[in-house]
Order: sequence, then C-alpha cells, then structure tokens
Amino acid sequence: MGRAGGIFPTIIGTIFIAVIAVLISTPLGVCTAIFLTEYAKEGIMTKIVRFGSECLAGIPSIIFGLFGFVLFVEYLHFGWSILSGSLTLSFMILPTIIRTTEEAIKAVPYSFREVSYSLGATKWQTIKKVVLPGALPGIVTGVILGIGRSVGETAAVIFTAGGSLNIPSSIFDSSRTMSVHFYILAREGISMNNAYGTAAILVISILLINFFAYWIMHKVTAKYS
Amino acid sequence: MNIKISANNLSAYFGKKNTLKNINLNVYCNEIMAIIGPAGSGKTTFLRSINRLNDLSNDFSYKGNLLLDGEDVYNIKPEILRRRVGMVFAMPRPLPRSIYENIVYGPKLAGTASKSDLNALVEKSLKSAFLWDEVKDRLNTSAMKLSGGQQQRLCIARTLALRPEVILLDEPCSGLDPISTAKIEEAMQILKKEYTFIIVTNNTKQAARVSDNVAFFLMGELIEYNSAQNIFTIPEDKRTDDYISGRFG
Amino acid sequence: MFVKDNMSTKDKLITCVIYTVAFSAISILLLITIFIFRKGAPLIFKIGIPNFIMNKTWAPLGSQYGIFSMIMGTIWITAGAMIIGIPLGVSCSIYLVEYAPLIIRKILKPIIELLAGIPSVVYGFIGVVMLAPFIRIHMGGPGLSVLAGSIILGIMILPTIVGISIDTLQAVPNSYREGALALGATKWQSIYKVVLPAARNGIIASIILGMGRAIGETMAVIMVTGNSANVPHSILDPVRTLTSNIALEMGYATGDHQQALFSTGIVLFIFIMIINTNHLLKIYFYYLLYLPLQFFVL
Repeated sequence: MGRAGGIFPTIIGTIFIAVIAVLISTPLGVCTAIFLTEYAKEGIMTKIVRFGSECLAGIPSIIFGLFGFVLFVEYLHFGWSILSGSLTLSFMILPTIIRTTEEAIKAVPYSFREVSYSLGATKWQTIKKVVLPGALPGIVTGVILGIGRSVGETAAVIFTAGGSLNIPSSIFDSSRTMSVHFYILAREGISMNNAYGTAAILVISILLINFFAYWIMHKVTAKYS
Repeated sequence: MNIKISANNLSAYFGKKNTLKNINLNVYCNEIMAIIGPAGSGKTTFLRSINRLNDLSNDFSYKGNLLLDGEDVYNIKPEILRRRVGMVFAMPRPLPRSIYENIVYGPKLAGTASKSDLNALVEKSLKSAFLWDEVKDRLNTSAMKLSGGQQQRLCIARTLALRPEVILLDEPCSGLDPISTAKIEEAMQILKKEYTFIIVTNNTKQAARVSDNVAFFLMGELIEYNSAQNIFTIPEDKRTDDYISGRFG
Repeated sequence: MFVKDNMSTKDKLITCVIYTVAFSAISILLLITIFIFRKGAPLIFKIGIPNFIMNKTWAPLGSQYGIFSMIMGTIWITAGAMIIGIPLGVSCSIYLVEYAPLIIRKILKPIIELLAGIPSVVYGFIGVVMLAPFIRIHMGGPGLSVLAGSIILGIMILPTIVGISIDTLQAVPNSYREGALALGATKWQSIYKVVLPAARNGIIASIILGMGRAIGETMAVIMVTGNSANVPHSILDPVRTLTSNIALEMGYATGDHQQALFSTGIVLFIFIMIINTNHLLKIYFYYLLYLPLQFFVL
C-alpha cells in the first residue's frame, strides 16, 4: 500500500477530519471564551476553567491518541473512523481556539458594549451583534491554526482514525490522513520517493494555512491599533 | 410641572468607595437639567444610575431609590428602561458599522421590522439632530468616516431613534469645536418640547446657556440645586460660588 | 443594596448554555484522566508499582513489563533537548529583542513561530535522512541515537521558548535599560543584571513549557532514536522513550500488553501534570540553573 498510486484518498481524509474537528471544537471554544471574558467574574470559576484549558494545552498528543482509542473506538464503538479521529482532534485543538478567541474578544473596545447596552440591547444581543462580529477575524485565526494543527497531527489520529487508503464515504469509515500516510511511508521504508512527495504537499499546505492565519491576525492588529 | 425623575436618598458605591451620598432631587418633564461639578464629584455616576449602566461594573451597589414616572428603575427591565432613557457619551462612540445601521440598531432590537418604518425613522432622527443634509447621500458609508462633531450628532440621532422620554448627555461637547457645540445646543432647545434632558458638563458657561435647572455636585454630595438663573447670579452656597467663579475645580 | 436581576427568558437560557459549555475543557481533562487510569491502573497494581517502574526488562511476550529504561530514555532525551534548546532559544530571544534591528525581528519572529506549525513527522523525517547518517559517519554508533533525538527536539522546542521569552523581554520597561546604562553599565551588563532578572519568570515559564513539549513529543522521537528498550550508556546509543513505547506497540498490542501501554501513558501523564501545575519547578530551576550561571558569567 502506498508504493504506487497517488495520495488523493489521504487528502480527502485529512480535509474531512480537520474540518469536522474544528466544527466540533469551535462552538465549545467560543462559548468558553465568552464565559471567561463576558460572563464570569474573576474568581474560583474562571480559575477552574483556565486551569482545564491550560492543562489540556500541555497534554501530549499521544495521550489524546490513547484516550480517543479507549473512549471512542472501544467504549463508544465508533471503531477506527473519521468520527473518532475528529472528536479526538477537536479536544486537542480546543485550548488553541479558547485562547485566540479570548484574546480577540478582549481586543473589542469596552465602549462598544456600553453603547449597545445604552441602546436597549440585552447581554446576549450585545455579544451577538457587537462583541462577536468585532472578534470574528481573531476567532477565524484560531480556527485556521486549529486546522493547521489537525492536518499536521499524527499520534492522535493514527490510533483513532485508522489507516484505510480508501476514499471515505461516511464519517464511520476509517481514513488515513496525509501525516499518517507520510509516517507509514517513511518509517516502514515503503517508498522514499513517495514519502518525499507527501512531505512536500504536507509542509506546503501547512505553511499556507499558517500564513493565512498570520495574515488575518495582522489585519486585526492593524485595525485596532 | 410633572416630576419625571426623582432620586430619594440615593447613594452609590463602587466596592467600598462611596461615589454618591444621599442624593435627593427631582427632574421635571420637558426641562433641560444640567449637572455641574469638578472631576470625581459623582456627576457621571448619577447620570449612569438613571439608565442602570452602572450595573455593568461588578462591584457596583446602591442604596435608596430612583423613580422614573413614580416607578423604581430597578423594577423595570434594563432593556426597556434604556429604551425610555437614552444616553449620549462623552466621546463620540459610533458602532463600527454604517450610518444607517447605527441608527436602526436600537429600533431593530426593540422590534421595529418594517423597512419603510426604519427609513422614516432614520430620516426623522437625522433631521432632528441636524445631520440629515450632511449625510443623506451616504447613509451606507461607515460611521467611523464622519468628523467628530458629525459622529456626536449621529450618536444623538441614534438615541432619538428610540423615541426615549429622557435623554442623558455625558459631557457631550467636551471634544468638539464651537460650531458643532452650537449645533448640538440648538438641537436641544428645539427637542426639549418632546424630551427631558439631563446634561453633565464641565463647562459652566454651557450650563448657563442651555439649562433650566442646575445641580452642583461636590465629592458625591448634592451641594445646591436651583434654577439656572439663581445658581449663576445668587448662589446660596459659598462652594457653588467658588466653583462657578473659577476659584477651584 | 444589591442589583436586582431581571433578565429575559432567552438570555437566561443562553447564560445556562454558556456556563455549561465553559466547563468542557476541564471535563475533557477529567475524562482523559478517568479513562487512561481505568485502563492502565489495574496492570500497575497487578505487577506492583516498584516492579513496573524499576524493572529494566520490557518483554511483552514474556509478560515482563518494566519501563525503567523508557523513563531513563525520556529523561536523557529531554535533558539533551534542554541543553540544546535553552541556550539557543534564550540567546535567540535576547538577540531579537535587545540587539536586532526592528526589521529583522519582524521577519524572524513569524518564521520561528512557523516552525511550531511544521508537523513532527516532518522533523523526524529530516532527522532520519540527514542527521542520523551524519552522526553515523562522523561520530560512530548506529546514528539513530540520543544525540539525534536531542538535536531534533531541541529545534522543535525553539518556537515555544523564543515566542514566550520575546514577549516577556519586550514587556520589561525601557526605563530599566536606560537606568542601568545611565549608571555606567555596558549593554551586556544592563541585559544581564537588569533585563534578564526582570524577565526571569517568563523565561523560566517558557523553558518549562518547552520541557513539557519535549517530554510529550512522539512521532519525531520514534523516527530518530532507534527505539531499543535499553538504558542508554552514551549519547550515541539508541534509546526508547515513554511516548515512543506507546506509539510503537499500540498498533498490534492486545490484553495485558495493551494495558501496559496505558500504564506507560499514566506515567507520562503524571510527568506532564507535574510540569503543568507545579510552580515549585520554577523555583527549582532558579536555584539550579540561574544562580550557578551568575557565577560563571561574572
């Protein structure tokens, strides 16, 4: 497997897994950031939430892999599938999304909130109409960074999404991501030429994703400074 | 004359700091009431307790009560209260969206949905704030592109669009040139037939020009409350006299 | 004397949702702890904690599960990565903040941050095709070794160290530097005596975060360290870390063997949690690294 033929199935698998992962973790992360910045007073509650997010950020991807394997693959019987892989990744990128969203929300001037309240908006209307639109570019940056991390991740996906080289037809199908494919090619010495090729595509796509994220972030800082 | 707002033994605290001490005063319908006093005297805190904007601070608490048309403001839902009591801030603060969107922000939240109603509302509010002629051709450009004076009149128009009963102005002219200031003062004189104004100002001359009654605040206390004529000609309290004649503050 | 709360029903509902979702991160952390321990703890207790940690033999076929050599492997590799990463990272951030022209800082900082985005398998691949042959030819041994792993990891933790160190160095007020220079200090003396102590906490935090990353890194380490489950005797020996032990055998392990891998995960998890949470480590770093260094330089 992988000695001949292209990497199209792995590209499809990568896109599926990364996109589903951010679809799951973005609402969680944005809500957590809204809680930290708009709802909670600094105190024991925010300390607990921040502690959770910071610890999660420090946990190695292999631990996420083990956890995803035992919870999703075995315990919930999702098997090696796109669903298991993206759920695991969504947990892994959650801290990234929380942190970037929090920064972005803090950058929205406080006066906008006061104006909104003074015009008869409720708290949620203020958040929805003034805070989130202002923070949107920052949130998008976080989401893109999350996609970048998902695309580059190997250890957390290899034991949750499996290694099938077929084009997946549902989220319960196993699928190999580009990183996993590259790892298998390089480690087992199946085909060094194909490994180089896959590495090139992988690095280029990740650089593009990151450049895009920095570009948006740069636009945000330019807007408010 | 009808009493619009009445404060009874109102005290306000931010944490341990006591910013308002036992304020008792009445504001009447269709008058322009000015609040003067040096910085840190509690003028803005008093203004912001009328539309409950102080509630946004976590450590705010109060004693006594404040009645709007005889009803405690804390018995009114804050959204409804803030529609009845509009506010214009010290620095022009348009929201980062178009002129049109700025004005319909409040009415849309309040439930005005029809496009023609909104258009009529925008035109009427902008005309009342003397801004219509300057912006009628570019309602969809960003409000951030207007000059400071125009932005502040937009903020007034935005407040008027909600058809409030009372309008609070927090040093509305502090950053503006004399011409813009004059336009805003002129608008107030015309609008006072329909609205009640409470204006906080650092500029005693402005208070003398526009207001019917004047309250002088010092260190969180109400020192003197009287008609503008009396305050500026025969102040009863020595401290009022000192402040107005520029001996401190 | 209190603020009455009269919110609309919709706002109340949304508040509830946000308060619930806010605890997702900490709940996930709890879930991870529960599931890893549930799966891995029974085996540790079956063979005994001392036996599991101190036994040098890892032979799943003979039901021998001792991870001592893997713990040593992780310590060797991490120490090596820190020896390479700390001087590089800290001096790089000092150069970028104190010496480099603005334009160079603006170009280099994003590039260093981009290093963090490159997948670890790619680092591993570079280690395999370039670094390992170089070590084999010029220094002997199999090439895939502690040294190769340390160099690759040292580079991989650079973005973590540089990113945070730069931020803390920039946060030191300029008046500190001016004050030192005005008293007749040279540029290096002002940096060493004034700027670095002021930025100490941030730099140490960045080092600790980098250490966490080095301990947890898996794929790059698997590819470049040779993975033999023996305690290394020199930096040219191949070695296996806790992370690579898990990743290497998870694919085919069953029964007790699979549980042993989760037990390895528990040890790794505890290592990481100590580093994440223990502020004692900061103090430890201060006395062990920073104070002796002061004797050296002056």
